[in-house]
Amino acid sequence: MRMKKQFLKTYLFIFACGLAVVVSCKKYHAPAPEPMPAAVTPGPDTTGSLDIVMSNVVNGVPLVLGTQKYTNANSDTFIVNTYKYYFTNIRLTTSGGYAWSPAESYYLVDQSNPSSLILHVSGIPRASYSSIEFMIGVDKNRNTSGAQTGALDPANGMFWSWNTGYIMAKLEGTSPQSGDNYKKLTFHLGGFSGAFSVLRSVQLPFPNAAQVTETHKPQVNMNCDVAEWFKTPNTISFGTVYGVTTSNTNAKNIADNYADMFTITSVVN
Amino acid sequence: MKRFITPLQIKKAIGMTFLSALVLSCSVDPEITPTVNLDNIQPVIPDGWPTPVYNFENNPLTPAGFDLGHALFYEPMLSVDNTVSCSSCHQQFAAFAQADHDFSHGINGLLGKRNAPALQNLNWNPYFMHDGGINNIEVQPTAPITNPVEMGETISNVVFKLSNSSKYRTLFKNAFGDETVNSQRMLKALAQFMGALYSYNSKYDQVRAGKASFTAAEQQGYTLFQQKCASCHVEPLFSDYQFRNNGLAVNTFINDSGRAHITQLPADLWKFKTPSLRNIEKSKPYMHDGRFTTLDQCLDHYVSGIVSSATLDPQLASGIALSSQDKTNIIAFLKTLTDTKFLTDVRYSENYK
Ligand code: HEC
Ligand code: HEC
Repeated sequence: MRMKKQFLKTYLFIFACGLAVVVSCKKYHAPAPEPMPAAVTPGPDTTGSLDIVMSNVVNGVPLVLGTQKYTNANSDTFIVNTYKYYFTNIRLTTSGGYAWSPAESYYLVDQSNPSSLILHVSGIPRASYSSIEFMIGVDKNRNTSGAQTGALDPANGMFWSWNTGYIMAKLEGTSPQSGDNYKKLTFHLGGFSGAFSVLRSVQLPFPNAAQVTETHKPQVNMNCDVAEWFKTPNTISFGTVYGVTTSNTNAKNIADNYADMFTITSVVN
Repeated sequence: MKRFITPLQIKKAIGMTFLSALVLSCSVDPEITPTVNLDNIQPVIPDGWPTPVYNFENNPLTPAGFDLGHALFYEPMLSVDNTVSCSSCHQQFAAFAQADHDFSHGINGLLGKRNAPALQNLNWNPYFMHDGGINNIEVQPTAPITNPVEMGETISNVVFKLSNSSKYRTLFKNAFGDETVNSQRMLKALAQFMGALYSYNSKYDQVRAGKASFTAAEQQGYTLFQQKCASCHVEPLFSDYQFRNNGLAVNTFINDSGRAHITQLPADLWKFKTPSLRNIEKSKPYMHDGRFTTLDQCLDHYVSGIVSSATLDPQLASGIALSSQDKTNIIAFLKTLTDTKFLTDVRYSENYK
């Protein structure tokens, strides 16, 4: 009887050890940081930062709010008064396949607010990164989990209160070709799920690696071209599409267009 | 052994009391110290209720959070001209519906397009508004605050006004640890107050708990209700939280497309969220546009007023047959859903200070 108990105890102990090994084994599958590329010397401090410097442009020409006239792919002319969008969920990858994302990355880029055009990313593990991924718009989770703050504060005017969700991208302006009585252009693109979702994921390779160290902060220069909203694959004519303020086919079509509005012009180490 | 209090101790005690009274009166505006007991705001949810959708997981319900939410709910500063508060349209005696208004009245007497619903047991709601357009209780207040015919304000200006008020800076500090006023804190506090509007002390609840019994008429009404109404008005919350067309003639004055306004789907035309029937005796007028003023009219609608359409709920295709005695009994039952404790709970009332 006593022996049996002892045996049971031993057995349980061995079993528990086995379990511990299995459990701890699982942990080892988490991606280990890529070995340092030659360009970056490993050091005791392991994190650094980088800046994304955003230039909003139209057909490659810097965007000037309120005065400058531009032409869309349909040859309609237009002026932009407001240009804002969410740039979120950043992920950096090395050529070796190591990927890192910040715990939280939500930026509201607003052409009227110069400080919003520089996106600081910090806490980045030291490495040579070869590409960036991000999202245009705010992910579903943050659209459904209640009151947010910072870039996602509803006070920023990028929030639909009657049909909960963020306006992912907003362009307001005027065009003589606009079908609107007052010649306005009003594009408030929102919708985070379903067929009309305007969320888009973007992946861009860096022309040369961004080398992040604790002392060295690379600068990623990026263009965002407004003209892409109205170009391909769905050419937009302002005579018929001039006001989009709900989640619908027009919103989705424009999102399909703007999915490729970002380009990286250079990475300065 | 008995301990005697020395005169010195008494002197000290008096001194301390005086001192602390002084400190209190300096740092805390006496007006904003709640005199009602908020110690037990935690709900005692009756047995057999489903789990709530919102359970304060990332917004712990605290007396100070509730207190701030309460102040905000009764605060006209939330509107552009400082005249309209949430409580203008959501009155406690009417189960936080707007009594005797078919369409809600906002700033400058402007008319909304819908009837203000009762606010109770909101934590079980998967979405808000008659069309379900709002997906979380925390963001719900942004709708009335920014609606041009309700409060007509901007969130940033409300935050600005509140942060200029020493009363609110103190309330925010009590609730969140420092004086920072921001929209997230404001919304979370409002969610605490609204979420804590629990109604579960009606006669119906007492009967369910075995502590009371129905009269014969109420019992007959209950049996009929279970047969004819409970498929949509599901117990114990009296809603299935689905969107349904219950056969109301389309109101051509407002042409409210209901759920389709949100989904853009023809299949959702004229469907509205099934409302709870708790405190229904007190929350008239009825339906999304407040077209009925009595429960009699509501029942007559189900008996003989159903309008057929492509989206009419199949359960109502041939109406609901009820004799006039049946109607009387159902109404007797519906009145057992009145929760006087909820309607008069001083913690929810405007004058709770
Ligand atoms: C001008 C009147 C008015 C004011 C002011 C007002 N409401 Fe409402 N409320 C309504 C109406 C009308 C509805 C229904 C709207 C709809 O379905 O589109 C409603 C709906 C709601 C709902 C949804 C209930 C449900 O069952 O879906 C909540 C919660 C609510 N209001 C809370 C508030 C809060 C909090 C405030 C203050 C910040 C407020 N209301 C201010 C009129 C008002
Ligand atoms: C097919 C589902 C369904 C059935 C069955 C049903 N209802 Fe309803 N009921 C609804 C919906 C949906 C609404 C809201 C309609 C609106 O606001 O336009 C409603 C509204 C009401 C209202 C008004 C509530 C308010 O706050 O404005 C009352 C009262 C009511 N029903 C009572 C009953 C009774 C009593 C029965 C049984 C005789 C019944 N209902 C059967 C779906 C149903």
